[in-house]
Amino acid sequence: MAILDVENLEVTFSKGAEKVHAVRGVSFAVKQGESYGIVGESGSGKSTVLRAICALAPRTAGTIRVDGEALTLPLKPAFYRKVQMVFQDPYASLHPRHTIDRVLSEPLAIHGFDDRERRVDRALEDVGLGQGFRFRYPHQLSGGQRQRVAIARALILEPSILLLDEPTSALDASIQAEVLNLLDRLRAERGLTYVMVSHDLSVVAHMCERLLVMQHGLAVEEMSREDLQARRAREAYTQSLLSATLGYRADEKEKTE
Amino acid sequence: MSDLLNVEDLRISFPSRHGPVEVVRGVSFSMGRERLGIVGESGSGKSQTGRAILGLTPEPGKAVAKRLEFDGTNLRNATKAQWREIRGQRISMVMQDPKFSLNPVMTIGRQLMEAYRTHGRATKAEAHAKSLEMLDAVQIRDPERVMGAYPHELSGGMGQRAMIAMMLITEPELLIADEPTSALDVTVQIEVLRILDRLVTDRGMGLIFISHDLRLVSSFCDRVLVMYAGQVVEEIKASELAHAKHPYTQGLFNCLPRIEGGVRPLPILERDEAWAN
Repeated sequence: MAILDVENLEVTFSKGAEKVHAVRGVSFAVKQGESYGIVGESGSGKSTVLRAICALAPRTAGTIRVDGEALTLPLKPAFYRKVQMVFQDPYASLHPRHTIDRVLSEPLAIHGFDDRERRVDRALEDVGLGQGFRFRYPHQLSGGQRQRVAIARALILEPSILLLDEPTSALDASIQAEVLNLLDRLRAERGLTYVMVSHDLSVVAHMCERLLVMQHGLAVEEMSREDLQARRAREAYTQSLLSATLGYRADEKEKTE
Repeated sequence: MSDLLNVEDLRISFPSRHGPVEVVRGVSFSMGRERLGIVGESGSGKSQTGRAILGLTPEPGKAVAKRLEFDGTNLRNATKAQWREIRGQRISMVMQDPKFSLNPVMTIGRQLMEAYRTHGRATKAEAHAKSLEMLDAVQIRDPERVMGAYPHELSGGMGQRAMIAMMLITEPELLIADEPTSALDVTVQIEVLRILDRLVTDRGMGLIFISHDLRLVSSFCDRVLVMYAGQVVEEIKASELAHAKHPYTQGLFNCLPRIEGGVRPLPILERDEAWAN
């Protein structure tokens, strides 16, 4: 059974009379232990889907089920024990005036966890940061280290689903590799389920078993990793995304002119 | 081939509490009318190198070089008047994010026309016609509308193309493009590259393409400088990047995930302190 089931999700942002239909009826199901990717270009609604799951974006229609249970607003604390999110920009997602210790302890206090000292220690160890980082502030860390803290914060409540919104796009290539490896290892160790949003097809091909391609708020097509690796795309839009990953080719110029 | 730009032993330093910190340490290169890529990670000094060529090192930084020559003109002690002749007209620069480099309270058209008229005598009508022509050249389908639009009314890709149009309206001989496509979607990115490519091949413009994206640079440029900790660690033909000799270049190339699938876990770039010396 699917651990996360999104059915006909619609998100409309309205500001006065203006309405932006950001997500138009997207459905997908993610199995326990699976890593599911959502790719698309900016404005395709891929991040909005994740945000709607966490009620950070207004869901105007559709159902979202976690473990078979439909989500109702306001979300219950139990939801946050199961589902956590890692945001794109590690510079913006950590409170600048809270120490790492506080960032990690707060969710534990809210959810009434015991043994907080040990849990904070372990969370830092798990993401490859030592004890030395515990009482630092975010500005004393590099981008990659901050993203590790953001991952530790998400994992400290021991959720089963992690929503990853472009977790490495703000990082340098070498740091990206380290963070991807960390996410890979954590998933294998803990049997986590990932939903990962990215604009980078090669990152998704590396991390996810299945993926959904989105454009203009619509789901274009669902693919398996094998399809992606073999560049077997049914839709023209997916093909254009795939050919863009090959980098620049001068010969294409003649074709278009 | 006569050299368009000659840089020898460029050093840029910023003062700090612990004395000056050198962010660029002795960069030398020369280029003709070609596509030169500069790649490196954040903090490698690639953007500062690009800015220093135009004398735009931000205060209180200091840029010194043994030689900094553009088409025979010494840029090291150029006067303000000389800089005004060169900047924007003979060398121009495209920055990463159009949101920060376009004037938010001027229409695109006015900004384009201003750029054109500042660098040469032209009537308003001529400038208008030229602006439309440039917008058309960067593949903006509806140039009349874009002329009258404010930057916030354009998407990122449109804004960046308008920015490129503005930088190219003076027909510079050298264009420094600092991550011109990083803020753009992949499909738009390729279109913008195609525009730049055409300018290099058709007009014989020199292009310095600064980027963190090794794969993109290797497919687009002729020659690549790889920077690490303020130094050029390797200079290589773009087509041979996959066979780079320096361990940093190799590491940077190998740690990228591949669509075709590859090693798991991804190889990690091991930094060697000796590279920085």
